[in-house]
Amino acid sequence: MKALVGLLCGIVFGVGLAMSGMTDTAKVLGFLDVTGQWIPDLAFVMGGAVLVTLIAFRFVPKMKRPALNPRFYLPATTVIDGRLLGGAAIFGIGWGVYGYCPGPAISALTYLDEKTGMFVVAMLVGMALANKVSPG
Amino acid sequence: MFAYTTPLIGGLLIGAASVALMFLLGRIAGIAGIVWGAVSAQPDNAWRWLFIVGLVVGPVLYHLLAGVPNPPPSPLPWWQAVAGGLLVGFGVRMGSGCTSGHGVCGIGRLSPRSLAATITFMATGIATVYLIRHLLPEVLV
Repeated sequence: MKALVGLLCGIVFGVGLAMSGMTDTAKVLGFLDVTGQWIPDLAFVMGGAVLVTLIAFRFVPKMKRPALNPRFYLPATTVIDGRLLGGAAIFGIGWGVYGYCPGPAISALTYLDEKTGMFVVAMLVGMALANKVSPG
Repeated sequence: MFAYTTPLIGGLLIGAASVALMFLLGRIAGIAGIVWGAVSAQPDNAWRWLFIVGLVVGPVLYHLLAGVPNPPPSPLPWWQAVAGGLLVGFGVRMGSGCTSGHGVCGIGRLSPRSLAATITFMATGIATVYLIRHLLPEVLV
């Protein structure tokens, strides 16, 4: 049952990514190109997604437990430190270099462009490297 | 029709999937975390692998059923894909999240950490595109 939930949520998430234009690097880079020919699409993607979570997350994580698991798995850390900001900064640079963040990169594998495959493999290598340098 | 209906509906679907995952499994729909959990063989992992399968299947369904053509392949060179992938992977692992985990779920939970991370990666993303598209060409010419 939990596996089925994973599959269905993944499918809806993937439809959302493709529909919103996040799997199109030209649109993503056009959104980040604020001083050029700005493409505002992604502001609506982010806005729509956050609108839903902002409302629902007032209630959902306050339930006694989720429907199919004994507890919620939420991050315990609250400190804003160099690791968080440094990691986010490096991630943003990579996002701007090619135009994919992790979800859209995986969804875009479906278009069978070998460069997307290279991006995803490099991303996994990057994750493993970061885990070696500072595990956690 | 409002020009941004499609991205807006796409965003609403992303938000809905994130809420469903939280409501049913109590999990944050952060793709970086889900992918890392899957490849590093965490316990109770089937949902992660199937979520990833769903991420790949979803766009197939969308393009097929909506009759929307696939986006054109990136014109950028392969080494830029590799460099971008390495930086994205390293950064999301070090910074504990990406656009979905921090940007959509974290901000939805009103997490100050996620808000700080989102502002940071948006800023460096914008700065990087500015550098590559506008600054470097001027310097190099």
